[in-house]
Parts: sequence; structure tokens; C-alpha cells
Amino acid sequence: MSTARVERLVNLVLCLLSTRQYLTAERIRGIVPGYADAPSAEAFFRMFERDKAELRDLGVPLEVGRNSVFDPADGYRIARRDYELGDVDLEPDEAAAVALAVRLWDSPELTGAAHGALLKLRAAGVDVDETAPAAVEPKVRASEPAFAPLLAAVQSGRAVSFDYRRLKGPDVLSREVEPWGVVSWRGRWYVVGHDRGRAAPRCFRLSRIVGEVRAVGPAGVVRRPADVDLLRLVAGSSDEPTPPTTAKLWVAEGRAHGLRRRAKPLGRVELDGEPGDLLEVELHFPESADTWIAGYGPDVVVLEPDTLRRSVTELLLGAAGRREGVVREESRS
Amino acid sequence: MSGSTERLPRLLALVPYLLARPGIPIEEAAADFGVSPKQLRRDLELLWMCGLPGYGPGDLIDLSFEGETVTVTYDAGMRRPLRLTAAEATSLLVALRALADTPGVVDTDAVQRALAKVEAAVGQAQPAGVVVGLTMRERTVSAETRSTVTEAVQKRRALWMRYYTASRDEITERVVDPMRVLIVEGRSYLEAWCRSVERVRLFRLDRIDAVRVLDEPASPPPHARPTDVSAGLFRPEPGQGVAVLELAADARWVAEYYQVDDLVELGAGRARVWLRYSDPSRMVRMLLGLGDQARVLEPESLARQVAERAEAALARLASHPSL
Repeated sequence: MSTARVERLVNLVLCLLSTRQYLTAERIRGIVPGYADAPSAEAFFRMFERDKAELRDLGVPLEVGRNSVFDPADGYRIARRDYELGDVDLEPDEAAAVALAVRLWDSPELTGAAHGALLKLRAAGVDVDETAPAAVEPKVRASEPAFAPLLAAVQSGRAVSFDYRRLKGPDVLSREVEPWGVVSWRGRWYVVGHDRGRAAPRCFRLSRIVGEVRAVGPAGVVRRPADVDLLRLVAGSSDEPTPPTTAKLWVAEGRAHGLRRRAKPLGRVELDGEPGDLLEVELHFPESADTWIAGYGPDVVVLEPDTLRRSVTELLLGAAGRREGVVREESRS
Repeated sequence: MSGSTERLPRLLALVPYLLARPGIPIEEAAADFGVSPKQLRRDLELLWMCGLPGYGPGDLIDLSFEGETVTVTYDAGMRRPLRLTAAEATSLLVALRALADTPGVVDTDAVQRALAKVEAAVGQAQPAGVVVGLTMRERTVSAETRSTVTEAVQKRRALWMRYYTASRDEITERVVDPMRVLIVEGRSYLEAWCRSVERVRLFRLDRIDAVRVLDEPASPPPHARPTDVSAGLFRPEPGQGVAVLELAADARWVAEYYQVDDLVELGAGRARVWLRYSDPSRMVRMLLGLGDQARVLEPESLARQVAERAEAALARLASHPSL
């Protein structure tokens, strides 16, 4: 933005803040420095339209109206009560909390917006030391490419469509969704909304969105139900507490320390002449334990439960090349 | 924030900012706005030309400079900053709410008070659209480990700990100089200077098996820098060997853990990747766990090791249905 335009816009804001009367575009052209440079009425109106749009984008509340019914055209003013940020007075520990909140984001969109907020808080007289060290520092990343377009769609109330990969298998299905919000849960981002295809609320993990998120239809059409709890919708749908499973394993001596540190020893047992231990392990994530255990190869033998034994066997068959798996089947075609 | 697109919001915030801080050093104000002192002076010069209709000497914003400090003597009616936009309010309030809902992580009482005050000032009841739950993903961190580690960070004391290193599947004892606790993607990490390997490392709290605060102070060397987590937590492991793998869509995360020299898309989410690795046993463990989701194309020795370990494990499973 040129210096001349910035100067003109600052003057426009000051002028409209100071007036209680609505000022018509013509009046503004006569008063505010910079508009006199416009060579024609048409050039002025183009300039003025652009300036109004710029101020609205910044969140400046422009009021449009007429001082009396006899006014020939609409006029403009800025109501001070709508423009000004209210009083904020933060204690040092509260300011430290704000600093921590600003630093929470690791995402260009949210970091930028948080800094914008910080700037205004400082302008309101609050002192916030952004760099003050904290003992515990939470960070929330949003690096998925789908994040920015989805956040924009949520904030403008627009429907979106995207291709979505299912948890298992290579299927990619196209979805059309009225997004209610983006939610971070257990370190992962989801978009929650009304799935038009299924006519029901659905959650989608951002990392499984393939390709671009496209906006569909006009802004302002998405209505979020008043009573919906976004976090609960995601929490309810995600892989929530499967109760821990107890597994019985044989582990070769001096091997598989990752398993041993959580295990209860039941006794020494030799297997195929190899010394080892019989262990009991509480598995908190039984659904992913097979990957972990299969990695130890012959150093660990699952004895119980049968489901774990079977899924470990499946993985090992795959790794041994004895399964026509996803990779193999498709690489032949 | 030095880009020209950010200049207008900065100019609108500058007058009230200076009003609240008469006689502030220009350098300090520039730092708060994230611009150079030179840029801030240019901003002040521009504001000096702005004012109220009439635009005479008494109508323009007036500033007085004394040494390297500045004071607003006439504000032309710009006494308060502009309200927060919806996006600004959302990002700040959502972050504060996330902190407030996470007991045991920060001083939630101070967060609650800050949240109430900012909400009142912003005048926006429910910022819609973004919700963050900082709830932890790990279920096995004991409260004792967490409090011992936090205590060491706060009191700046060295820590002794027994730690499980997953990449090498080994348990070692070490002394570290704690720097801070990071919570990223639902997991807690102790960031500390590790005296054994002599560099800054992130230790997952759920992999600390025993921990004790030592009497000696934490003294990370001056060149120990906090980890930049914005690009992700994993520093891809640099390695000498190169493995060529074919990965199914569900196994593509593998590429994040290694230095990838090349990646070719094969359609339907599958990819052929060239990975650098240093520890073959770690690679073998990972490949065994991937089952039919990955296939080793090269080197031959790696493919053979994976197949042999898998066959040996299958033979044991078959011959020992129970003990």
C-alpha cells in the first residue's frame, strides 16, 4: 500500500470517528486530503470504494445512513463505541498467560491473527512480554495444507468439498461438507460439520484430506446448530479409550527393552533352547500394539490374547512377502 | 509485520499505544511492534501529517520527541485501539481457553482471569469455529514424573533419569540440564541439555522410567538453543545407507522419520521413497511392523534381513501356540 494511500486512510478514519453526522462521499471527497487528487468523479468513486473495502477488512465498523429523509444520498460515519476496544487491565500473571496463549500457535494463520490481537492489547496499555520464558510451553501446530482454507470457510460460513482418504485402504471419496468448526484433539486437527452426502454430522481428519479444499456456493449459508459441542463430537468419534488389554508374551533374554519396561515378569522360560522370560504386559493401545510387537521379530512371541497373536502373524506374513498386500497387488498392475 | 499490508493496522494502534506510555524510548516501541526503529520513525512522521478536518496546526496529531523518546501531545481523537477482528479474537480466546482447560499444565487460575478480562474487552461471547483440546495423548505418564520434571525446570536444577530410547530400543541412565517442558501434539517432552551426547534433546515424558532432582543447578551451556518445533518434532535421522521402499498410503508417515532423498508418487497414495538411514536394526524393526504396507526394493541385504526375521518369528509362533 502506498504511503499516500495509508495517509489518506488514517485521515479518513480520524474524520469519520470525529463526526456525528453522516458524511456523504461527495463531502468526504471535499474534506479528506488525498481524494482531491482523483482526476474525475468516476476515479474518485473507485478510490473510495476500495478504501471502504480496506477498512471493512480491517474490522473498522463503517455506518451507512442519512441524517434526514431529505438527504439525497447515503453518508458514512464510525460509531466510537463500535470502533474502540474496551478497557483491559491485566495483572502480571494474567499478561504472562496471554503471552503463552499467543505463543501457543505454530500456524501462519493463527499466529498472524494472535499477533494482531497482541498489538491491539498493547495499544490498550497492556504490557505483555512475548518472550518471557515459561516452564511449561504448550504448542499447537497446524501444518496441514487443508487448515487455512477450512478455517476461512468456517469463518465465512461457506460449504466446502474435498477428497477424503479412509483410515484403511486406498479409497478416496469426495465429500461435500458444511463446516461448523475446526477442532484440535489429542494433537490432531479435525473439521466437524454437516456431511451433505450422508445428511448427518461428521468429523474428518485434516491429514486424510487429499488435494485441495474447494469452496462451494456463497458465503453465509452454513448455520451451526446452537447446541453443538464440537470438541465432544470429535472426542466421541475418535479412537477413544479402548480399555487396556493384558497380553502374555515370551521375550528373549536381553531383548525388546521397550516391552520389558512395562511388563510384569512371570518366570524364566527357555524357547527353542534360547533363554527368555514370560511376561505380562498391559497394552494401552491394543489397536497399534501389533505393529510394535511385530517389529521385534523372533525375539517376542505372543501367547495371549489370540486377536493380538493373529494380527502380529498377519503383519509378519506381510513382511515376509507371503501376502499379496496393497503394495504388491498394485505394483503389478 | 514490516510488510506494507500491515502498516495501516500498526498506524491505527500506534497513537493509543504511545498515549498509554508517555516518553517511551522509540527503540522499545519499535520492538513491541516488531519493526525497526527506522520504520517506526517513518510511521511517526506519517502520523504527524494526519489529523482532523481543517488540518491546521491545532488539528494534526502532535508528537514531541525528546532524545530517543516520544510522547503524544495531541491524539486527534484516536484514543483507543480498534476492536479485535473475529479472527484475532478467535485465535487469542481459543488459545486461552485451551490453556484454561488444561489443569496441571499452567497456572490455570491466572489464565481464567485473563480469559474473563479479554472476553469482556473484546465483547464477543463465543468465538466460533476453532476449538482446541490440549488433552494429552499419552496415558502412561505418572503424575510423579510430571511433577518431578516440572519442579526441576522451575527450580533450575539438574535431573538424573533412566530413559528409554525407542529408536535404539535401549534403556540408559543420564544426567540432563532441564530447559523447559514442551507440549506438542498431545505429548509432553522435557527439553534439556543432555550431558552424555552434549546437545539439546527432547525427552518424551512417557519414556522416562525413573527420575530424580539433583542438588546441582541446571547449567545448559550458553549455546544450547530451544528447539524450533514449527517444522515438526522429528529431525530426520541423517544416515549413510540408502533404502528404496515402496509404501502404501497408510505407511507414508515413515518418510517423516528419515531423510528422504527422493519420492515418486505411484498413485492412490502409494509412493516410492529413497530413505537415508544409519541404524539397520531400527529399519528392520520398522519394516516388520509395517507388514504388507511396505516393500524393500533395495538394498537386497535389508530385504533379506526383514524376510529372515519375519520367517523366524512365524516359525516360533507356529511351533509355540502356548507355553
